[in-house]
Amino acid sequence: MASGIKDKVAILGMGCSHFGERWDVGSEQLMVEAFNEALKDADIGRSEIGAAWLGSALDQANVGNSAIPLSTALRMQGIPVTRVENMCATGTEALRGACYAVAAGAVDIALALGVEKLKDTGYGGLPVPTKGTLSDLWMPYCSSPAGFAQLASGYQARYRLSREELKRSLAHVSWKSHQNGARSPKAHLRRPVSIETILAAPIIAEPLGVFDCCGVSDGAACAIVTTPDIARGLGKRDLVTVKALQISASSGRESGISEWDGSCVPNTRLAARAAYREAGITDPRRELTQLEVHDCFSITELVTMEDLGLSEPGGAVADVLDGKFDADGALPCQTDGGLKCFGHPVGASGLRMVYEHYVQMMGRAGERQIKAPRLGLSHNLGGVPYNGVAAISIVGLL
Amino acid sequence: MAIGIKTYGAFVPQLRMAKAAIADAHAWALPHLKALARGERALCSWDEDAITMAVQASRQCLAAAPSARLTGLKLASTTSPFADLQNATIVSAALRLPAEVPCQDVSGSTRAGLSALAETLRCADGEDQLVVASERRHARPGSAQELSYGAGAAAFLTGQGDVLARYLGAQSVSLAFVDHFRESGERYDYFGEERWIRDEGVLRLVPEVVGALLKRLGLTAEGVSWFGLAGAPGGSDKLVAKTLGIATERVVPDLRDTVGDTGAAHALLLLTSALECGKPGDVVVVAAFGLGCEVLAFEITDGGRRPTFRLADTLADRRAETSYGKMLSFAGELQLDWGPRSEVQIKAALTQQYRSAQQILGFIGGRCATCRQVQFPSLPTCVSCAATDTQAAFPLADEPARIATVSADWLQYYPAPPLYVGLVQFDAGARLLMEIVDVPTVGVKVGTPVRFAFRLKAHDDLRHYTRYFWKAIPVSSRGTTASHT
Repeated sequence: MASGIKDKVAILGMGCSHFGERWDVGSEQLMVEAFNEALKDADIGRSEIGAAWLGSALDQANVGNSAIPLSTALRMQGIPVTRVENMCATGTEALRGACYAVAAGAVDIALALGVEKLKDTGYGGLPVPTKGTLSDLWMPYCSSPAGFAQLASGYQARYRLSREELKRSLAHVSWKSHQNGARSPKAHLRRPVSIETILAAPIIAEPLGVFDCCGVSDGAACAIVTTPDIARGLGKRDLVTVKALQISASSGRESGISEWDGSCVPNTRLAARAAYREAGITDPRRELTQLEVHDCFSITELVTMEDLGLSEPGGAVADVLDGKFDADGALPCQTDGGLKCFGHPVGASGLRMVYEHYVQMMGRAGERQIKAPRLGLSHNLGGVPYNGVAAISIVGLL
Repeated sequence: MAIGIKTYGAFVPQLRMAKAAIADAHAWALPHLKALARGERALCSWDEDAITMAVQASRQCLAAAPSARLTGLKLASTTSPFADLQNATIVSAALRLPAEVPCQDVSGSTRAGLSALAETLRCADGEDQLVVASERRHARPGSAQELSYGAGAAAFLTGQGDVLARYLGAQSVSLAFVDHFRESGERYDYFGEERWIRDEGVLRLVPEVVGALLKRLGLTAEGVSWFGLAGAPGGSDKLVAKTLGIATERVVPDLRDTVGDTGAAHALLLLTSALECGKPGDVVVVAAFGLGCEVLAFEITDGGRRPTFRLADTLADRRAETSYGKMLSFAGELQLDWGPRSEVQIKAALTQQYRSAQQILGFIGGRCATCRQVQFPSLPTCVSCAATDTQAAFPLADEPARIATVSADWLQYYPAPPLYVGLVQFDAGARLLMEIVDVPTVGVKVGTPVRFAFRLKAHDDLRHYTRYFWKAIPVSSRGTTASHT
């Protein structure tokens, strides 16, 4: 029986660049910006890092293939560096690699760094990736919002919601994140937005409007991890350790057979179940103190609340409108503004989410500091709801 | 046993452009076009061409004769997308015909459709043959042809035995009377003066050839129940009829103000029209003018099979269009700035395309022998039970299905925004993400039934290559059940 990752790996230091339209810098500088903060936080020399994982998803608009961009940007000569890509779960995937290396005893200290430079594409939104030679022959090219909007149609049909009821709840999801983003110095979008403005925005992919979509930005985030013993040996107190790291990839069932009704994301449910088991969480609604979920689109966040077991099936609409996930709610979600306000530099997002949990637990969150942060869950959803990869990492105070 | 037409199929694209909208767009410079702006013309959507329309017409035709054992497929068109790539073979693959069925492209003249049918019947050996003519005509903006041209396809299953129209005979004359021409590689036709074409060409030649055929068959003009003429200036059909002594009311509607002139397909569309107008015993004579003349005569019988989806149905299955800009864009006459999102690489891997040709062109999924799950694509391992190499071919194009999830995508580059995209759930169990096209104004929602059509998937502008796949079409309340088996 596998014992899991719980408390085998501690965060030694973390860093996160400013996210946004970073016209002034390239991916290399973004990596350095995040890395220098993490290195200072960890209070170690770079030569003490035994291995590194680079998460970058879109090689055509980022740094290119392989791990060389990281080893070059950070001038790490000769250590094992691995590039990982798993769509929007890429950042979490990099963290998973680094944590497993430490837990396995392969290295004492490992680096996970995610970076993406979306604003070098020359337009808003994500580039349309090819889907492989076979899928390209039949699969429609559609935008990410249209992929996730399938969830809206399925959810609306399953729970017999009017378009207006759904839109109102989705608007609250975005409104809440913009409120939080305004108190988040490293976020891209830092202005509160009214519910009325959100509801009146042009449609991008029915029923999702502009404000139902996350920002598009550049950014990098990283974590330096080690074992709790080594962390203590380096003088660290109040350790934040990794409680769970789970990934669930679709085998094609949702998009290939009739069992999925479009109202949930089965992969998130599978990953959550495994993550709660790994972390020893039996009552997530009570035990978790904060959430950073994959709010690429408002509908994703809404449905994720049910998939994580934090709302009853069909109950997220009411929970959201009741403010359950607001900054002052029972379970604050996107305390930093989420993808909504940070944007979604694909390779960086998973690590940026863990960074927020870490910052909160270290008591460094400034005006957005929540009370008694102990256990945070972050969640990514790569691909599309009907064919994708869900990633969950749970970190908490040891 | 009688040789003739066993059944047929007709297809006209849903979009119908109001000719007045075309004339209005040019009124500042070419006010005379207003005189030509009667009715509407069929317009191909961006993803329809001579191949896709041929597939649709052929599907209607073969659906009425499921036991047909084809020994040949001819595709007649002057606007087939490929100059060197047998277009008929793509049609054959989409129809899931056996690879052993010989395929042939026929072209070179707007007479090609009727010529192909004549040739097939003249050489008939009793075997079932499919003759389809399909045309997506191009016209220079501001030309008279821009208003008069249309798009459509007609398919005929010919053979021996239980025919709905017995082949009586054909007459053909080839003559270098150049009424219009289009050099290879050129986009537009160039026409001589219409009055000369009509008076010196059509009215001199066609009555002579039709008369010769009638005489040879021992028929008189009074014995002609239905007469149709394609490839000639508007109104020529009635003038020819008058010259021959055929009553005006015996001239089948020329489809000019509903479909437009469909070139190589037009004589065959007129023939389908006559078959729908007529009753057993009626004699039908259809002629096509073009560097001479082709004439065929049939007698309608009380046998054969009538298609469930007829010419009248495809004519009624329409969506009105008034945007001249859209018409130009769909025809490739106007290159809109679609922005950087349209700068995508869509090179097809020919190797992969061949490996998956049956699945992609024929829309053939797999059914697992272990768990019976139907699926698309058919990969080595079953999506449901994970058994390997257990799947048998399962055609999906004619299977009932409905929308499981859907969105209208305004962000993605798409030549006819918004892109409707959603998961399509087949009653048989398969499910896949598909483009949804020909969406009616009432839209599409979860649960909407859909049917399927073979359409352009993407065009590689760099290498000039079109690839095709199937798309879902909402089934409207008008009952456009396009294909049935």
